[in-house]
Amino acid sequence: MTNDELRMTNTRREATIEAATPGRDWTIDIRQSRIAIEELNLWFGDNHVLKDVSFGIPANAVTAIMGPSGCGKSTLLRTINRMNDLIAGTRITGDILIDGESIFTDTTDVIELRKRVGMVFQKPNPFPKSIFENVAFGLRIHRLGNDIDIRQRVEQALRHANLWEEVKDRLHDNAFSLSGGQQQRLCTARALSVEPEVILLDEPASALDPHSTARLEELIRQLRQDYTVVIVTHNMQQAARVSDWCAFLMLGELVEFGRTENVFTRPRDKRTEDFLTGKFG
Amino acid sequence: MAPPARRLRRTRFTSSYGFWALGIPLVAFLSFIGYMFFYLFRSGVAVISWRFLTQPPTNGMTAGGIWPCIVGTVLVTFVSLVFSVPVGVCASIHLSEYAPANFVTRAVRSAIRSLAGIPSIVYGLFGVALFVSALKLGLSILASGLTLGLMNLPWIIATGEEAISAIPGSFREGALALGATKWEAIRQNVLPYAFPGILTGILLAVARTVGETAPILFTGVTYYTRQLPTSPLSKFMALPYHLFVLATQHEQILKVRPLAFGTAIVLLVTVLFFDAMAFIFRLRSAGANKWQV
Repeated sequence: MTNDELRMTNTRREATIEAATPGRDWTIDIRQSRIAIEELNLWFGDNHVLKDVSFGIPANAVTAIMGPSGCGKSTLLRTINRMNDLIAGTRITGDILIDGESIFTDTTDVIELRKRVGMVFQKPNPFPKSIFENVAFGLRIHRLGNDIDIRQRVEQALRHANLWEEVKDRLHDNAFSLSGGQQQRLCTARALSVEPEVILLDEPASALDPHSTARLEELIRQLRQDYTVVIVTHNMQQAARVSDWCAFLMLGELVEFGRTENVFTRPRDKRTEDFLTGKFG
Repeated sequence: MAPPARRLRRTRFTSSYGFWALGIPLVAFLSFIGYMFFYLFRSGVAVISWRFLTQPPTNGMTAGGIWPCIVGTVLVTFVSLVFSVPVGVCASIHLSEYAPANFVTRAVRSAIRSLAGIPSIVYGLFGVALFVSALKLGLSILASGLTLGLMNLPWIIATGEEAISAIPGSFREGALALGATKWEAIRQNVLPYAFPGILTGILLAVARTVGETAPILFTGVTYYTRQLPTSPLSKFMALPYHLFVLATQHEQILKVRPLAFGTAIVLLVTVLFFDAMAFIFRLRSAGANKWQV
C-alpha cells in the first residue's frame, strides 16, 4: 500500500469516526483495521478491569493508549499478545481480531501470535547475555536461519532500532553495560529481530531521562513505516508527540478515540478535556 | 544541648561501644572454632600420611589407614546424589514454575521445609523399613545411599526452588513475549542463571551427606570389612562411623585415639572442601549476575 493510499484509508476511517459523533458507536469500520478490539471485557478475579472497550488500530501508524494510572491501559496492551494469559484468574469476553482473525479461538497459536506481535516492556529488561545474544535470542528460539543469517538479522534489527552505530564495536559486551536508554532500544531491537508485524510498547520511556526519551520517540516515529505500533503512556505530551491515533481510557472504559490532533484540539468528552488540561491524571 | 566537643566524644564512645559489643561475641566464637581446629590438628596430624589415606586398617584397627572408609563414603554419597539430584532439581523446577499457587502447593512446600528439619536418625529408621526390608536391598551401599538421598532431597528441593524463584520475572516475560514456549523460557532464560544457586544447594547437601552417621547406621555401614565393596549390595565402611567406632567402641581406645583424630581431620577437611566450593560458587555467581545489584 503506498503512502497516498494509506493516507486516503486513514482519512476515510477518520471520516467514519467523526461521523459517529456524538454517539459512542466507534465500532463502524473496526473490522477493516489492522487490530480490531470488539466489546472487550476483562476481569482479574472479581476486578472488572476493562469494560466494553471497542476501537480499531490502523496499520502503519502509531496508536497511543493514554489515561491515568490504573485505567487498564497496560492490561489492554498485554491482551493483544495474550500476555495476560500468565495471570491466574483472568477472564475475557469480547474479541480482538488481527487481520480479521480472532486471537482467542481454540486453534490460536499463542507462540505464533507473540512472534507476530512483539512487545517492549516498561522497564528495560535485557537478558544477562551479550548485546548480540540478546538480539539473537528470538532468532535462535524460532530457528530463523543459520549463523550467517543470524548475524545479518541481528545487525539489521540493531540498525532498525537506531542502536547499531553505538554498539557495533562491542557486540559481545554484556547488555547490562549499556545505558538505560540504550537498553530500551536493545529490547526494541530484540522485539524487531523476529520480524513482527505489530509492536506493543508499554510505557517504554518511563524509566528514561529526557535525552534517551527523545531518541526512543524518534525511533517510535520511524517504526510506523514498517509496523503497526501501539504505545501505552500516561504522558499526554508523549502521546501528542509520537502518535497518529489516540485512545483515552479511564477506569477501564474507552472515553475517546480518534486522530491525535483531533483528540487534543477538539476533545469530544469532558473527561478527556479535563485530563488534557491537567485537572487529574 | 551538649556542646559539640562533648557530643562528638559521646557519639564516638557509643559507636565504639557498639563495635565491641557486637565484635566480642564474634571473636569469642571464632577463637573457640579456632581452638577446636588447632586441638584436632595437633592431636591427629601426626598419623596423616599417604599410607594412612591409602591403606586399610590393620592389627585389629590399631594401625593402618582409612582407605575403605574413604571409598565407602564416596560411594554412598555418589548413590545418594544419583537419586536426589535429578528428582530434587525436577521437583524444584515444578514447584517454582509450574505448580499452581493454591493450598496443595503451599502444603507440599511447607511439608518439604519440615522434612528438611527431621532428625537424620528418623531417616535411618525409615531407610531400614523401606529400602532394607520392604525393597529387600539388605544392608548395602544402595540402601544407605538411597536413605541419604531421601534425607538430602528436601534440602536440594528447597535451595533449588529458592534459586529459581530468585531469577527476575522479566527474564521469563521477555522470552515469552518473543514467542518462546514456557519450557524454552525456563530452559534458556531461567535455569542457566539459577544453576549456581542450585549447585550451591547440592554441594551443601554433599557436605552434610559425607558427615552423616545416623542414616547409614542401620542400613549398611559396618564396623570392619576386609575387602572393598564389590557390588552395590555390599556392606561398607564409612568415615563418620569409623570415627564413632574408634572414639567409643574400640577395646583399646587410648591406643587408637590418634587414628580417631586423623579420621576426624580427613572428615572435616572433606566437609570444609565442599562448603568452600559452595561458597566460591555463590561468590562467583553473585559477581556475574549483575541484575542482582
